[in-house]
Amino acid sequence: MKGFIIKEFYHIFRDLRSMLILFGMPVVQVLLFGFAISNEVKNAPIAILDHSNDYVTRQISSKLLSSGFFIASDAVVDESHIPEIFRKGKVKEIIVFESNFARNLEKDHEAHIQLLADASDPNTANLIVNYTNAIINNYQQEYFAGLSLPVEITTETQMLYNPGLKSVFMFVPGIITILLMLISAMMTSISIAREKEMGTMEVLLVSPLRPMQIIAGKVLPYVILSFINAVTILMMSYFIFGMPVKGSLLLLLAESILFIVMALSLGIFISTVSNSQQMAMMLSMFALMLPTILLSGFIFPIENMPMALQILSNIMPPRWFIIIIKAIMLKGLGLQYIWKETLIIAGMTLFFIGLSVKKFKIRLE
Amino acid sequence: MQPIIEVENLVKKFGPFVANDHLTFNVGQGEIFGFLGANGAGKTTTMRILCGLSSPTSGKVKVAGYDVYTQTENIKRNIGYMSQKFSLYDDLSIAENFQFYGGIYGLSVSKIKERTEELLGRLGFSGEKNRILKDIPLGWKQKLAFSVAVIHHPSIVFLDEPTGGVDPITRRQFWEMIYETANEGITVFVTTHYMDEAEYCQRVSIMADGKIVALDTPGNLKDTYKAATMEDVFLMIAR
Repeated sequence: MKGFIIKEFYHIFRDLRSMLILFGMPVVQVLLFGFAISNEVKNAPIAILDHSNDYVTRQISSKLLSSGFFIASDAVVDESHIPEIFRKGKVKEIIVFESNFARNLEKDHEAHIQLLADASDPNTANLIVNYTNAIINNYQQEYFAGLSLPVEITTETQMLYNPGLKSVFMFVPGIITILLMLISAMMTSISIAREKEMGTMEVLLVSPLRPMQIIAGKVLPYVILSFINAVTILMMSYFIFGMPVKGSLLLLLAESILFIVMALSLGIFISTVSNSQQMAMMLSMFALMLPTILLSGFIFPIENMPMALQILSNIMPPRWFIIIIKAIMLKGLGLQYIWKETLIIAGMTLFFIGLSVKKFKIRLE
Repeated sequence: MQPIIEVENLVKKFGPFVANDHLTFNVGQGEIFGFLGANGAGKTTTMRILCGLSSPTSGKVKVAGYDVYTQTENIKRNIGYMSQKFSLYDDLSIAENFQFYGGIYGLSVSKIKERTEELLGRLGFSGEKNRILKDIPLGWKQKLAFSVAVIHHPSIVFLDEPTGGVDPITRRQFWEMIYETANEGITVFVTTHYMDEAEYCQRVSIMADGKIVALDTPGNLKDTYKAATMEDVFLMIAR
């Protein structure tokens, strides 16, 4: 048994591809998601078309440009150029002030601003328009501060659990989940499929080792490596991105191990239905990765999906694990709040192990 | 001769398909037994049963004195196995492969060292034991795989088309190893498609459609069928 595990480590450490997947990918992914892919808008190029050019419009313009979210593009704007400017992709948004803006505001208590945004990237367009609106509203409140309005509703917003609305907080749970899933399921299924392909599996089966020992020997190294990976990602997100762990670290690690075991049993299951490394790889990539990314709620909110996909997302193990990680890291909740999700993952683990053992026996016959 | 494999009326069915149809044969201790037959004749099925990987539908089968229905653990401990895929790990060194397989059969570290030296010495590979298997020619690998299959001194070693894809010189050397092994008292149970190799066996059986259609020494078979070579015998009856 010990020899088996040592052998498995030799396989991993001598294969450059395995090493890259195991240790290079997590680091690169976390850095990529953390730094490059971001939902925040910074320095979006905008253009302002000011038909009025009075003190109010200038104040609003300078407020927008000094916010840090926008920079003025050097595009020269007049009405006829607007489609062309957008087509060239020089600006993300154009702000149009009507003529006589300040006078209308004083006389009629109503003035108009038109916001045009490039929605070929809908998320960004949405964010930019929201930011712009917020800044203009802010200005409006200051402007009317002296005047008393007949009725006023003041909203006070507080963002819980992620006050800075940092996108890293959203990505880290997703990345941990995806990486654990990928490494555990894909690497085990490939390594078992490889033994089958090379013919060494036959020799192992003829040997006095029991099937359970063979599986355990193949899987244990990956449990260890996946766990090291999970810890690495957590440390990176903690030290580099300031992602907190509000709840119990112990619980978080225990849940991670549970999820790793789930992914490994899924990997074993994949290997029992595939006969070559290629097939194992394809199965893990397409049958696991895409649903994991798309249906787990990692990037796209599950609530917005069509009913059929919402139901489908229930059988995606990552969905539940992401809920668990967020609950522990961001909300600091304990087991009493996430026992249901934990139970679901445990159930899935048993299901996959049972299925693989059954498959394994049939194959032996 | 003491029988080490005893097979009596072995039947193996897969649904309506009869893969092994009432096979009866014995293999004696230290014998080199050739197990021939065209592809699909049922050789692999029999071999799997003898190795304890699969249970017969009916019949009596004993390997190394143990029953294949109930004592597969003991059987597995007492046999060695090598297939045409030479079954060693490409990314491990020679010594590491020996360590791994020795470990599986529960040999102690010192015992593995001793056997590794002994077997590599016999092959003249002693100086090469830290080479990674990937860089070694196929013919060598096959000999190494055979050495690994007997590292735990089994009573029987099963060789499933061990010389596939190897040049004639290496095949000849390989058979010299088989003879040495048999001289140590290890029974060799070998399947092959090379009829010149069948001549090297002490006794051969030829299977067709799940039945054993001939079983004797190569010399007697050639006399019976009035053929010059085993190849002619095989073509006459295995078709």
